[in-house]
Amino acid sequence: MLQLGHDQLLGAYRRMATIRAFEERLHEEIKTGEIAGFTHLYAGQEAVAVGICDQLTIEDKIVSTHRGHGHCIAKGCDVKGMMLEIYGRAGGLCKGRGGSMHIADLDVGMLGANGIVGGGAPQAVGAALAAKVDGKGRVGVAFSGDGACNQGTTFEAMNLAVVTRAPAIFVFENNHYSEHTGDAYAVGTARDIASRAEAFGMKVWRANGCDFFDTYEAFRDLLEHVRGGGGPAAIELDTERFYGHFEGDPQRYRGPGEIDRIRAERDCLKGFRARVTGAGLLAGAELDAVDAEVAALIDAAVAEARAAADPDPATVADDVYAEYH
Amino acid sequence: MAVMNIREAILSTLHAEMERDSDIMLLGEDVVGGNGTAGGPEAIGGIWGTSAGLWAKFGPDRVIDTPISESAIVGAAAGAALAGKRPVAELMFADFVGVSLDQLWNQMAKFRYMFGGKTRCPAVVRMVYGAGMQTAAQHSQSVYALLTAMPGLKVVLPTTPADAKGLLTEALRGDDPVMFFEHKALYGVKGEVPEGEYRIPFGQARMVREGGDVTVVACGRMVNFAEKAADKLAADGIGVDLIDLRTTSPMDEDAVLDSVEQTGRLVVVDESPPRCSLAADIAALVAARAFTSLKAPPALVTGPHAPIPFSRVLERAWLPSPQTVEDAVRRTLAFR
Ligand SMILES: Cc1ncc(C[n+]2csc(CCOP(=O)(O)OP(=O)(O)O)c2C)c(N)n1
Ligand SMILES: [Mg+2]
Repeated sequence: MLQLGHDQLLGAYRRMATIRAFEERLHEEIKTGEIAGFTHLYAGQEAVAVGICDQLTIEDKIVSTHRGHGHCIAKGCDVKGMMLEIYGRAGGLCKGRGGSMHIADLDVGMLGANGIVGGGAPQAVGAALAAKVDGKGRVGVAFSGDGACNQGTTFEAMNLAVVTRAPAIFVFENNHYSEHTGDAYAVGTARDIASRAEAFGMKVWRANGCDFFDTYEAFRDLLEHVRGGGGPAAIELDTERFYGHFEGDPQRYRGPGEIDRIRAERDCLKGFRARVTGAGLLAGAELDAVDAEVAALIDAAVAEARAAADPDPATVADDVYAEYH
Repeated sequence: MAVMNIREAILSTLHAEMERDSDIMLLGEDVVGGNGTAGGPEAIGGIWGTSAGLWAKFGPDRVIDTPISESAIVGAAAGAALAGKRPVAELMFADFVGVSLDQLWNQMAKFRYMFGGKTRCPAVVRMVYGAGMQTAAQHSQSVYALLTAMPGLKVVLPTTPADAKGLLTEALRGDDPVMFFEHKALYGVKGEVPEGEYRIPFGQARMVREGGDVTVVACGRMVNFAEKAADKLAADGIGVDLIDLRTTSPMDEDAVLDSVEQTGRLVVVDESPPRCSLAADIAALVAARAFTSLKAPPALVTGPHAPIPFSRVLERAWLPSPQTVEDAVRRTLAFR
């Protein structure tokens, strides 16, 4: 099973577990009314963010979506800084100006979550073109959903990447819903997104986005292709979102027992645990210890965020420009 | 008269007009909701509740759930209108005008003029706007000034359920593209709505109250803020002429000028940044056409020249409020 060593496996588990715990905790905290605005939880899709970002370096750039917490954590954003941001605090990663939908940390190559569906893909191509100029083998990665794959910007970005041979990677997370509409309705290519990328002239991969190992291996091959100068590529991940589109979504579009089923059959964390313990690669106790560490981290992040200071209202118009006279 | 909220007024108007005119069609993201899912069509019925039941009643040819493709939504509305229909396109958030802008700006707005007056483009673009719910920089904007600046578009902002009905009906009966702004914080506002056919001509402001000391001009949610301020000022014996523009294109210039000629003092409240804003537009109108009536400089109550922040305290600092309106009125009156 893969060539991943003990520490890499444990690290991957830690990042996936951190995302899960972060989102599960937000799901509870939002009910208190202390967090407002739109919060889109990533739980269920952890294997995608971590299976991909674990193979990127800090110089590789990713562009995220409205459902961005998982991408942020996987790429190395500070968890406490994220929590403070979601609470709108001055000490948040974006000083409380952005909130859940607009978390970014350029220092770790996370160019931003995005409230505009389809807003990100062209920017990832831009990052890829910049990487091409630098010539160090870096890549630009766009995360997009099955909804975002229907925006013209996504099509334009794919074609631009192909004609410029940009080292751009299009990651399509197909969780089968765009808000309350199914991919069976909205994705006209028979729910298949990768074939669109292929039609634009890219090499494509498909993988089980609820399986860390499958995602990791497919992306490893893809990355080798792109880093090796093979041009842009795309990967479609079949995955699931465990919560509603946003917190507060009544989810009447789900089938009976659907959530129980996907949680029972397609939980990437459970699957990971079974695989690594079954193969004797990691001990259950090690994973339990990670779970405990993660729980403590999230507890501390929430406590800190709740106690943290709000931004000074006098700063409301700061940071609009680098300079402005 | 029936009592209902703005959401219900819009939904019932769409029902009534679609029944009356089979050329009206509706398209937008999740306006049906549930297509392609186990729950099936109408599982949700529009995230704002303004299209529930329309698909069941009028069918999938006239009530169309679209993929996430705002350029195509607005462009298709433009084309359907040229082809003789009366499409209503819904943008889930007015901010997404950014994605579809060419179809509005270079296409829909200009057809009639470019084609020598030979065409009609009766498309209505409904869009949900406004701050105050911490929806942050890309889901809170009031882009009415931008669209008001575009020749060829009409721009409508109802603030009461009755106005929502009267203005939407008017939009659906006219032959021009109409940008119909629905404030997300106003959907629950209740009021009496006239039964039966009810149209409000565009370009006719609503005089919310007459007080005679100062003219306050507002639109959308800012009308409610101005009303609260006017209540407090009234307690101190200060009378406000409060004008709800209702439509910013065409705009009822006479209502503004007539009032300022009486009061000599103008406060404009605008839920947008100050530059090239509606506030600036109205101040310019008054400066140019009622200069000699003015006893004080016009006061502009707007947000700052900055995007809308997420944090609760920052968003409050960004938005005009009843207090900032009241302060502006007092400053204007204190000017000697
Ligand atoms: C341009 C634009 N249109 C519509 C929306 C509203 N919206 C937010 S998320 C979403 C669904 C996105 O679906 P998908 O791309 O599959 O991502 P997922 O939510 O499944 O992660 C929609 C319609 C938006 N934010 N931006
Ligand atoms: Mg999706």
